Amino acid sequence: MLKRLRGPNLLFFGGALLIFVVFQILIGFHILNNFWRGIIYWGAAITMVSLGLNLIYGYNGQFSLGQYGFYAIGAYASADVTYRWTNGDPAGAVVLVTGCILALLLFALVSAFLRRFYGVTAMTKFTAYLLVTILAFFIALRVLNPVLGPVLWSVLGALPAVVSQQIVFFLALLGGAAFAGIISFLFGIPVLELGSDYFGIATLGFTIIVKVLLDNTDTLLPFPEMKGARGMVGIPEWTTWPWVFLSLLFVILIMRNLLHSTYGRTVVSVREDERAATLVGIDVASAKLLAFVVGSFFAGLAGGIRAHDLAFLHPQSFNFIQSFNPLIIVVFGGLGSMTGTILTGFIWIFLLEGILRLVLPQGFETWRFVVYPLALLLMMLLRPEGLFGKYEIPFLRQVLPPLRKKQPAAEEVTA
Amino acid sequence: MKGRPENLAPEVEARPVVLELENVTHFFGNLRAVYAFDLVLRHGELAGLIGPNGAGKTTVFNLVTGVYRATEGNIRFHGAELVGLPSHEIIQMGIARTFQNIRLFSNLTVLDNVRIAYHPHAGYSLADAVFHTPRYRAKEAEMTEQAQEFLAIFGLEERQADVAGSLPYGLQRRLEIARALATRPQLLILDEPAAGMNPQEIDELMELIHFIRDRFDLTILLVEHRMRLVMNICEWITVMDFGEIIARGKPEEVRNNPQVIEAYLGRQAAILR
Repeated sequence: MLKRLRGPNLLFFGGALLIFVVFQILIGFHILNNFWRGIIYWGAAITMVSLGLNLIYGYNGQFSLGQYGFYAIGAYASADVTYRWTNGDPAGAVVLVTGCILALLLFALVSAFLRRFYGVTAMTKFTAYLLVTILAFFIALRVLNPVLGPVLWSVLGALPAVVSQQIVFFLALLGGAAFAGIISFLFGIPVLELGSDYFGIATLGFTIIVKVLLDNTDTLLPFPEMKGARGMVGIPEWTTWPWVFLSLLFVILIMRNLLHSTYGRTVVSVREDERAATLVGIDVASAKLLAFVVGSFFAGLAGGIRAHDLAFLHPQSFNFIQSFNPLIIVVFGGLGSMTGTILTGFIWIFLLEGILRLVLPQGFETWRFVVYPLALLLMMLLRPEGLFGKYEIPFLRQVLPPLRKKQPAAEEVTA
Repeated sequence: MKGRPENLAPEVEARPVVLELENVTHFFGNLRAVYAFDLVLRHGELAGLIGPNGAGKTTVFNLVTGVYRATEGNIRFHGAELVGLPSHEIIQMGIARTFQNIRLFSNLTVLDNVRIAYHPHAGYSLADAVFHTPRYRAKEAEMTEQAQEFLAIFGLEERQADVAGSLPYGLQRRLEIARALATRPQLLILDEPAAGMNPQEIDELMELIHFIRDRFDLTILLVEHRMRLVMNICEWITVMDFGEIIARGKPEEVRNNPQVIEAYLGRQAAILR
């Protein structure tokens, strides 16, 4: 392992470690006040959502406005787990985690089963996977919860509160992200069949549906603790700098590794030319689904981080207007540039939610949606490829293998 | 045998059947694009499909590769039915094709264009990819090496890092053929490979086609407009017009067939002759 820690890798992990330590000190000793700490956490969350969107839009070419929907799902799902836990109810953790695991197992079965048939339509697949998902969560709720709930409660209760809290938070984050991924999988099966423009409209619709459902969590959905349009309060403030940092690092590493593999290349080839990709033997539908699910998983993870920092969730903050935020960041940073997205994500929040909020008078918020489009317009005119174009820091850049050198050339060098 | 000329050499007729189209018919709405089309290709053959514009040649290719689903008839590859299978599965069974207009992944490097075609044979799972396991490293290195060997065969090795869209036209054609061959096909379908080429490039292309057939042990089906290329390299030719077969035979037989001349040059030329 350590042998590979040199060159760009060393630079990246060294830099990451340095950033971690510096901010840990700044936050730990309260040199940064709560406002700026919040800005950093928020920037990280937005960056994760935007990286997911860049995977979907920048690398896979599918224009999506649905990322805030998945962000919201991740936020509410993980918040529900920790809220229930702090109120003495382990059901949230058990149902979400076991439900997701069961659903994934059943998905594997269903996909193996469906592979035996030719010409299965997207709607049939969707119905099969949807039924299986409902079954999984039903089993988790009715069968596994009564058994595992008390077990988990007593096991974690035996541990010190600090440790058990971290474990529950981990389960909540993972469960929220996985749940967002599962929903995106179900949603993606029928909708990704549509062309890119129609897909964009459908995802916009998805964000609106999620928002409406969240407005009615206490009436339409059986979650009174989410309090519908009044906003969910009482979420524990468990997000700390290590969690934020590790989540972001996790997202960056997963995305980089994925893109540098043959699976990443199939994702990019779909953006380049769908027909040509099909005719070199690539299953376009699953390449699209892969990007979409992974991107939504990132958004769900970001939602969990953000929810436990704010300690308050309101459906209005997941409005479809908000869903343009990551889109603007991705376009600004450069479609298909991870470096661009990461830097722009932080700069965006730092400038617009941080600096400008301090500098400009109270009424500024109203002007934000005048400033955004203008900034975007200027960007499109002056630098259409985004701030960073296709630039990547060396660690994120795909290394082209050297040409296989012929023997004589090597001898010349030594002579 | 139906779907082939009668007078081919017996040793050719003894080879196994690779592709078999039987009574294939395809409609676009009310338009009959292909009608009662038969074709049988045996291993190692280099056959041509020609016809005037709109005769249905490319439709036949699209039917074979699953872009369209044949309205009627059977298409079999090594005996396995292809009608109804999705394109990518047909390709993975061992059929590769190129396009009339070059369709490379033009923003990707030359190397990646070839490596993408290796995807079905990558040999590592998504989990390996995400966590960059030792298996990923080994297989990825192997894949890259194979891709580079491939590029070397096609004289593109030096340009592996170039963006595919920046190559000159002739090299883009080569890269497209290289990418098609990287899917490890047994049957290669070339859709107007000589379109837009000058005579010298066509000569190079003919050499290349002969070379790859021997090197990769391929059966090749070629659609072409340029008579020079078809007449020179194809062993036998099928001529289509209005979706139907109007002639079939060795190049010299087809060249003198009055129906073919009529289809290509118009009725007047046929009368004048």
